[in-house]
Amino acid sequence: MKRRPDEMAPPGDPSTEETKGLSRRDLLRSGVVGVVGLAAGGGALAAKSPTRTKSTSDADPAHSNHVMGVGGEIDPSIFDPTAFLKEFDYGNVTTLPNGQVQREYFITAIDREIEVAPGVYFAAWTYNGTVPGPTIRCTEGDRLKVNFTNAGSHPHTIHFHGIHAAGMDGVFETVAPGESFVYEFDAAPMGLHLYHCHTVPLKRHIHKGLYGAFIIDPRDGRPEANEMVMVMNGFDTNFDGDNEVYACNTVAFHYQKHPIEIEQGELVRLYLINTTEFDLINSLHLHGNFFRLYRTGTDLERFEWTDTVALCQGERAVLEFTYDFPGKFMFHAHQSEFAELGWMGVFDVKPSTFA
Amino acid sequence: MSEPQPSGEIRPLSLALKGLFPVALLAIFLVLFVRFGPLGVFRAAFPPVEELTFERIAFPDEGLIRIYLVNGGPEPVTIAQVQVNEAYWEYTVEPSPVVERLARAVIEVSYPWVDGDPVAVTIVTSTGVTFSEEVDVATRSPEMNRRYVVTFALLGFYVGVIPVFLGLLWLPFLADVSERWLAFFLSFTIGLLVFLGVDAVEGAFELTDRVGSAFQGVGLVLLGVVGTPLIIQALSRLGRTPVKGGALGLSFLVAVVIGLHNLGEGLAIGAAYSVGEVTLGTTLVFGFLLHNTTEGLGIVAPIAKTRPSLGTLATLGLIAGTPAILGAWIGGFSFSPIANVLFLSVGAGAVIQVVIVLGKHLSRGSTGGLSAPLNAVGVVTGLVLMYLTGLFVAA
Repeated sequence: MKRRPDEMAPPGDPSTEETKGLSRRDLLRSGVVGVVGLAAGGGALAAKSPTRTKSTSDADPAHSNHVMGVGGEIDPSIFDPTAFLKEFDYGNVTTLPNGQVQREYFITAIDREIEVAPGVYFAAWTYNGTVPGPTIRCTEGDRLKVNFTNAGSHPHTIHFHGIHAAGMDGVFETVAPGESFVYEFDAAPMGLHLYHCHTVPLKRHIHKGLYGAFIIDPRDGRPEANEMVMVMNGFDTNFDGDNEVYACNTVAFHYQKHPIEIEQGELVRLYLINTTEFDLINSLHLHGNFFRLYRTGTDLERFEWTDTVALCQGERAVLEFTYDFPGKFMFHAHQSEFAELGWMGVFDVKPSTFA
Repeated sequence: MSEPQPSGEIRPLSLALKGLFPVALLAIFLVLFVRFGPLGVFRAAFPPVEELTFERIAFPDEGLIRIYLVNGGPEPVTIAQVQVNEAYWEYTVEPSPVVERLARAVIEVSYPWVDGDPVAVTIVTSTGVTFSEEVDVATRSPEMNRRYVVTFALLGFYVGVIPVFLGLLWLPFLADVSERWLAFFLSFTIGLLVFLGVDAVEGAFELTDRVGSAFQGVGLVLLGVVGTPLIIQALSRLGRTPVKGGALGLSFLVAVVIGLHNLGEGLAIGAAYSVGEVTLGTTLVFGFLLHNTTEGLGIVAPIAKTRPSLGTLATLGLIAGTPAILGAWIGGFSFSPIANVLFLSVGAGAVIQVVIVLGKHLSRGSTGGLSAPLNAVGVVTGLVLMYLTGLFVAA
């Protein structure tokens, strides 16, 4: 007998009482939880019917009992993925005698427990207390001075992607706990890069959280846009060599529970980096839209026109797009497994105010 | 202390003091250890040891999964997230996501499970530790309603009551056989019971995996197997029941033991149905029907020459048979590995006691004890017949 829990059981069915009880509980639960209901296929969140739109926006998915995702909320005072999207560290800016701009950064490696899904804590190694570490942003040709202190329990380094002297590569100059190191080099080439610890065992140091975004803007800048950083990562919480949590910026399903608000017609630029350990490739698929894909962000002219991009660990790309239609649009790893284990989010496209 | 104790009011008190002295010391040392002991060293260095054991995964309704967990580990465990088939799903947990040591939790996940598909559940705790369990075939779990109560009662009736009563019908046959052949059938009963006893112990040990380690499944088995015969013996002496020699008492004892055994069988069948192993359930029923008919023979063998009343026979049959119904209900509606381990071990322990009594009974007779050739053959026949009919019980 096929019967949805929230429908009335036929009279005389001995299981009626139980069914009614379930129905009430389900409704109650949906109300309390108040999260968008998603089909397991990870497909159409974009509302087709007005009722569905209402239920998702009013956080009342009474008629979608099955809620994929995680229950509860993280403590945003420790790390707020929504704020992290747009937090750029431009450093302390000074001008050198030769006229070159110098940006000075302070990065400290700290052992810290982070929350990778509501209630799930992970003993991380962090740069400045967060995973990913601060997004370091500068302009091509700037002099960068990165003061690194290791306040953690293990030796660490910072290895910046880019063009620089061998001694500034953060590989052989291991910084022991309690020690410091200053990385100094000119920012080049322009594009989207990353930095991460290069101490062995590499897999462990990266998986524990020692990585961050490193943006070198072109001298003339990029077109004005609503910019955000997304670092695709994963966490092996039980140390079995396999990730229990996948996410974009650490917290599973965060942007699903807290959709990212953007405006209809505005240019959005994503700085997308893959630091996922244990899995070779991660990806991003954007719903209801296509984007300009600038691989590594090193070329302002040539791009690919697509809606899905796969990146190997350490690869990154700059994505630019504009939404023509308002509403809720998903973005997620196109590996269904990663998506359902946390790497799933939503853009909430607000109708343009001057359209 | 070798001199006889003079009776007095002070003596018991001083005795109690002597007895409690080590206990008091123990309490003091425990406090000292917890406050000043070396535990802190370990606590800092290692993550907490967590343990959650799945007691049961049920599918009470379409789109609903209910997970029964017990914390058998040394530390409280906090349930943080739930994965079903490698995907996170929202859930509710009762009574609390913090599962204290030896406590239980019931998780409900609203999940569109597909009838007949495997379902894998993973619990992620606050420290990121995971506990997984897979159900091979998801199917609607029996609910506590009239339909299932009747179904399980009928199942129990088929595997327990009917075969036992059929077996009782051997009474007229046994009444007519010679003393020697009756001894053979009593020996046969011994073989039959030993087989059932070993079977129960095996089942109990198998289930100990599902018992949280703090509950010491093997310890429970030991308790049941060793404790039961001693308790039965002590009770029979206290009550001066005719268990030791009386034929009727012996029959009652055999009936009780077989009843306990049938309770175990009922549990197995109910549990098989409730976890979706329906075909297994059907084979079980068929096998048990054959298997248990021989049990009735065991019950009436001791009283074959005493012409018992029909009422006595019916009582014996009910004692031996109806527990199968009870077992099917328990197994089907609230399968508890701990209770099940205890049931099975008590059954096995009771077997030991009955075998001892039956053996004494035999050796007092004129036909010799178990070493007499015909009786030895009887024991082996009992074992072989149980084995052969057991081939139909594919569990």
